[in-house]
Amino acid sequence: MPVSVFSSRLIYDALKGVGVRVVSALPETWLVHLIRMAEDDPEMTLVRLAKEEEGVGISAGAHFAGVKSAMLMQNHGFLASVNGIVSCAQLYRIPLLMLISARGEFGERDPWQTEGGLVTAHLLDALRIPFDRLDAGDQVAHRIAKAQTLAYSASRPVALLLGRDLMWEDA
Amino acid sequence: MKRVDAMRAIYADLEAEGRVVVTIMGAVAAELQGLGHRPSFFYLQHAMGLASSLGLGIALSRPELKVIVLDGDGSVLMNLGGLTTLARYRPRNLVHVVFDNESLLSVGGFPTATSTGSDLAAMAKGAGIPRTAVARTLDEFTTAFGEALRANDLTTLVAKVEAVGPAAFVTDLSLLENRYQFQRHLQSLKEEA
Repeated sequence: MPVSVFSSRLIYDALKGVGVRVVSALPETWLVHLIRMAEDDPEMTLVRLAKEEEGVGISAGAHFAGVKSAMLMQNHGFLASVNGIVSCAQLYRIPLLMLISARGEFGERDPWQTEGGLVTAHLLDALRIPFDRLDAGDQVAHRIAKAQTLAYSASRPVALLLGRDLMWEDA
Repeated sequence: MKRVDAMRAIYADLEAEGRVVVTIMGAVAAELQGLGHRPSFFYLQHAMGLASSLGLGIALSRPELKVIVLDGDGSVLMNLGGLTTLARYRPRNLVHVVFDNESLLSVGGFPTATSTGSDLAAMAKGAGIPRTAVARTLDEFTTAFGEALRANDLTTLVAKVEAVGPAAFVTDLSLLENRYQFQRHLQSLKEEA
């Protein structure tokens, strides 16, 4: 499976570096190594979800409890989480760090992923969720740190889109 | 059984030191505030279905606290997968109470699927929740709730209640005031420990 272990490790180490100790996730191809790293790390609480929206509630609870968290999901999982993001995280001013795999962009071979790629950035804009992209390894650590800083100073959700060039080692 | 009577019967347990209460919106939130708000009570006034997920986030992060989620049939039906997540992580410090009035009372009283036979306790059991119970009277409820607190294991207690609620759902407590007070309270408990 040509998902980049190297990039996954960069992302995971960056999350640990900014103090994330709870990760909620729903498996998707690009996230398999990240989820495995969280599972193998005794310092991390990994919560495997049935549906991504649950992760908004779990992150809100972790925040109230004084623990930093992140959500790992595919952009279709982000689409499935919108009500939770609006009526829990935004209504209650929860700093929410969302790492969203940007499926359905240039290079996507799976036809079923292509619609999500068309709407993800527009939807983030419509929801007024600040976001940036992670497309290269040298962007990872500082953009994750800056995203979390804004999430906390604004008490709002923020997102990082994980791009194909970062996550996928293609021939 | 009326939901407000059920909450009154366990109110001393809800407000006790080291207990944390997360409720859903609508009648549950308004009635509990009517009985007396405490800094350890958080009312999720929207995001139907996520109260149990929020409780799970607290329970996993703070195992020294006892988390009581006051849920409802309409909310649970919106997040049935959440029952499987609860069961999977089995927080032994979480008691999940579901007030089942078989209706969406806060939005006009339309019947939910529990009115036509869907059984939330059976679903919780099927999801893998280790302890489940159904209470139809106040005595059954208080007994089952006490057992759940003492069991030190994840419990879903379905309380069959009448579809009646308060005259109004909006209270004086601002959503954000509640949110920050609750967070500060959890922080203060951590500092005491």
